Amino acid sequence: MTEAVRVSGSLRNRLATTLIGGAAVLAILLFFVVRSYAAQIAQQGQDSILGASVTSILDAASVRDGRIEVDFPYASFSMLGTDSDDRIFYAIYQDDQLLSGYDGLPAVDPNVGGDSSYRTAEFQGTPVRLAAATRMLIGADLRTQLTVSVAQTQDSLSGTLNRISRNVAIFGTGFFLLVVLLAFWATSAAIGPLARLTTSVARRGPQDLRPVVSPVPSEMVPLVTSLNSLMARLDQSLGRSEDFIAEAAHRVRTPLATVRSHAEATLQRVDREENRQAMRAMIRAIDESSRAAGQLLDHAMITFRADHLDRQDLDLVDLVQDLAVRLGPIADMRDVDLQVDAPVAVPITGDAILLQNAIRNIVDNALKYAPRESVIHIDVTTSPSPRVTVRDEGPGFPETEIAGLSDRFARGSNADGIIGSGLGLTIAQDVAAAHGGALTLGNHPKGGACVIFSF
Amino acid sequence: MRYIFVLIAALWAQMAIAQDWEDQRLFGDAQAVQTLRILSNTDTRFFAPIIDSFLAARPDVAVTYLVTGSADLYDVFRADPADFDIVISSAMDLQFKLANDGFALAVEGTDHPTWAQWRHSLFAFSTEPAAIAVNRAAFDRVPLPASRQELIQALRARPEVFRGRIGTYDVRQSGLGYLFATQDARASETYWRLTEVMGALDAQLYCCSGAMIDDLVSGKIAVAYNVLGSYASARTDAAAQIEVILPSDFPTTMMRSAFVSRDTDQPDLGRAFIHHLTDLQSDPVRAATFPLPALDQSGQPAITLDPALMTYLDRLKRRTFLQEWESAIIQ
Repeated sequence: MTEAVRVSGSLRNRLATTLIGGAAVLAILLFFVVRSYAAQIAQQGQDSILGASVTSILDAASVRDGRIEVDFPYASFSMLGTDSDDRIFYAIYQDDQLLSGYDGLPAVDPNVGGDSSYRTAEFQGTPVRLAAATRMLIGADLRTQLTVSVAQTQDSLSGTLNRISRNVAIFGTGFFLLVVLLAFWATSAAIGPLARLTTSVARRGPQDLRPVVSPVPSEMVPLVTSLNSLMARLDQSLGRSEDFIAEAAHRVRTPLATVRSHAEATLQRVDREENRQAMRAMIRAIDESSRAAGQLLDHAMITFRADHLDRQDLDLVDLVQDLAVRLGPIADMRDVDLQVDAPVAVPITGDAILLQNAIRNIVDNALKYAPRESVIHIDVTTSPSPRVTVRDEGPGFPETEIAGLSDRFARGSNADGIIGSGLGLTIAQDVAAAHGGALTLGNHPKGGACVIFSF
Repeated sequence: MRYIFVLIAALWAQMAIAQDWEDQRLFGDAQAVQTLRILSNTDTRFFAPIIDSFLAARPDVAVTYLVTGSADLYDVFRADPADFDIVISSAMDLQFKLANDGFALAVEGTDHPTWAQWRHSLFAFSTEPAAIAVNRAAFDRVPLPASRQELIQALRARPEVFRGRIGTYDVRQSGLGYLFATQDARASETYWRLTEVMGALDAQLYCCSGAMIDDLVSGKIAVAYNVLGSYASARTDAAAQIEVILPSDFPTTMMRSAFVSRDTDQPDLGRAFIHHLTDLQSDPVRAATFPLPALDQSGQPAITLDPALMTYLDRLKRRTFLQEWESAIIQ
């Protein structure tokens, strides 16, 4: 079975997180940049009105009879009306002496060019924007400097700013959401070729080890090249294994059969009882070796095939009946009757070779332990799941050992004198597991072993 | 004997400190849990029904109603803002300056039109025009003047009738008079010509509309210029003697306004009163049953609630204006 791949994060998530995180940072940056720009413009707007107010007051100043008069127009203050009804403060100074207006208004360093200068300060516990300008007044015998400063609270300004901030926030959020959508789309587009490669590799049949030929993005070329080379090596190595198994089966079984036939021939020729005894022991040992070799090869083949199941649509009944026919002669030799009890058809999908091998091993086992003149029942049923039940009338499994019997090379304590490798049930168990089923060992209430191979 | 002396001395001291109110009245139970102190320049009889309706639903509240002139009101309140809960005045400019200088508490939740309030703290609640009121006897066989221009002509035509018999505000004393005068001067040069004519005819100067109307009714004066139309119309007893003319050339319309003192110790009650007042005066049907004119819902009147109201309160501007006014009226 494939070992679970250790996961370290996800490319899709990493890509999406980077894109979305970047968009979030950009959106926040955008918010602050636009907001500060808007604040600057809004402040310029307020400043220009304050400046105009200061200028209009300053322009109204005149010297009459040696005294300063500032008959400023109604518009000087009315132009300062705002939506938020901002409070206004002003002060008129003659050479730093308060002539009129609010005492204690924060001072503004006036520009020496006539233009108004501005600053933000606090007056009466409220932040205000101040504009101030200075003008030289020259009368008959008077030369004096007049400074006017006008201040306004910033409620309307902050209202404007809040409105702009809200709009920019909505805009930024929209931008962000759009980028999130784009990020998902971009991520899918980027991951697409990888997913397609995965699908094409996963869909392949167990024998399909051809290289990937469909075009892939340049970034994936090293991966696909490595994959192709790995598959080529695997193909080669698998071919070698299959060859080896076939070769080994042939090479081991054939000489053993030859040795056995020679031993049997020799047994016919020797007369002395101790020699005949030795020959019989020899034949017996050869049988055991031959069987063990066969089963080892079977097991090796099953281990190999289990990883690459060649699933086909099969009829379990056909398979079992075919097997019963083939095992008929062996059963007859032992005077055992094989009774197959099956419905018309039980369709399954599985690897025919493996299933045959597994069920043959189970029936073989039953044959070995069944007493003479007994019956082996082979039942094929469909419910609860497709299954084959093989029951003999032998001594049954030793109750205490049932759990460990299907382990490799394990044999029952009552198996003395019976040829066996201890691999038969292991093979059946492996095949059942490879098909997602199970092998259940038990004893029938009326005596005899009962093995259930279920899917 | 000594006790009487001490008593007199104490009373004397008390009187010296005590503010000289034009009128002073307690509405509701003197033992009430809360007493709302209203400082106003509006005659008590105009305001009493409004206070009564406010108290109708509040048996545990009393109202002390203190009346003084608009200019005096400004000084009194500015000196002790914590002594009063509600300030009501017809001198929009002075009210505006108090609100601008942070003496007014914000009252949220009124659906008062924006042109009739400032910063949710100063609320205009009546629309009252400045009028020319005349004694019919003086215009027995001549047509009544419909505008300032016609008034000038009428005065010039019969100086012997009007000499010493023209009344107007002493703008140095009356805040409302100063507001009307400055707004008139802002609107048209006619004001100065009229003032000069009135000055030439030895005009009588008054502190307040009430006194002017009294003299008009008694026949002591024949013409009262810039008198409060609402006050004059309210004198139903004298409807036969006097005629109230709203000048057709340009109207000078004032809005009476109120605010809650920033330093009040019962802000919720003060806000409730403002709500009551604005709701009442904004509803022409309900307001019609009260003596004070309702707030004209048709739109913004000639004098708007905006920072420009502070223009003529500037010390230099005021000095210049009063100089001009004095030279025109006192000849």
